[in-house]
Amino acid sequence: MITLESVLMLGGLLFALSVAGIFINRKNVILLLMCIELMLLAVNFNFVAFARHLGDLDGQVFVFFIMTVAAAESAIGLAILVVLFRERRNIDVEQLDTMKG
Amino acid sequence: MTITEILFYAFSAVLVVAALGVITARNPVHAALFLVFAFFNSAIIWLLLEAEFLAIVLVLVYVGAVMVLFLFVVMMLDVDVAKMREGFTRYAPLGIIIAVLVVVEIGSVVWVKQLEGISEAAVTVTPDGYSNTRALGELLYTKYLYPFELAAVLLLLAIVAAIVLTMRQRTGLKAQDVAAQVSVRARDRIRIVKMDAEKEVATPPESQSPGSQP
Repeated sequence: MITLESVLMLGGLLFALSVAGIFINRKNVILLLMCIELMLLAVNFNFVAFARHLGDLDGQVFVFFIMTVAAAESAIGLAILVVLFRERRNIDVEQLDTMKG
Repeated sequence: MTITEILFYAFSAVLVVAALGVITARNPVHAALFLVFAFFNSAIIWLLLEAEFLAIVLVLVYVGAVMVLFLFVVMMLDVDVAKMREGFTRYAPLGIIIAVLVVVEIGSVVWVKQLEGISEAAVTVTPDGYSNTRALGELLYTKYLYPFELAAVLLLLAIVAAIVLTMRQRTGLKAQDVAAQVSVRARDRIRIVKMDAEKEVATPPESQSPGSQP
């Protein structure tokens, strides 16, 4: 039987890897979006594991909604990315300093 | 160690390697393909965890739609990959430190706390003829009906937002405007000018005729 701890650790490992990915690839917006997708996947692992070990399907319903939000987020994020590239001809985060933030 | 556990650990190892590939790949296309691989492995692990419907949705929605969109954008944009990786070695130690911290924190919570008897509780064995899809559907259309409809509205919003963001009016194109062509009226094109009918010009005297020349 797959123990709850092992699935939670797998989710934790995936989340840590995606956090590291955000630090490493901080210049490339496409890779940042991919790391966010990986983070949401890691969170979904926790929901699926708890849904199984508590015998409660509500966790899986939450995974369903998270996937909906992730799909919407990536669609809008990529649309913004395309507009950004059309305006500036690159997607370097370091050069996005118009608002002096 | 049962066959399920062996499969779980094997696919988990492949999943972690794929995730490593996502964050370290030189080429964004390779990163996207590694992410597709990671999603496939996650779907298999979710199947082992008896979340069959979500596993299929993960493959269909993520691999079939979202990742294709990613690949499309990655290939459409002409990104200078070498310039994008300038800070890679500079930020790598910080990233590794943060990752190790996150793993240690989550690991300590999971193992020290021992989850208060949740993990010891026997996982209910599903009866014959149990359908995960059916159970999930019954829950979605009764208890979670309003959130479900909100999710649909959210997706509609995403469609509209993506279209509005990427739509642009290009000037100077020589394309034909069908609507303008159809809606044109005759009075916009032709101007009818009222004029007096042509008057009879008085004929010149006969003396101008060529036969009378001396």
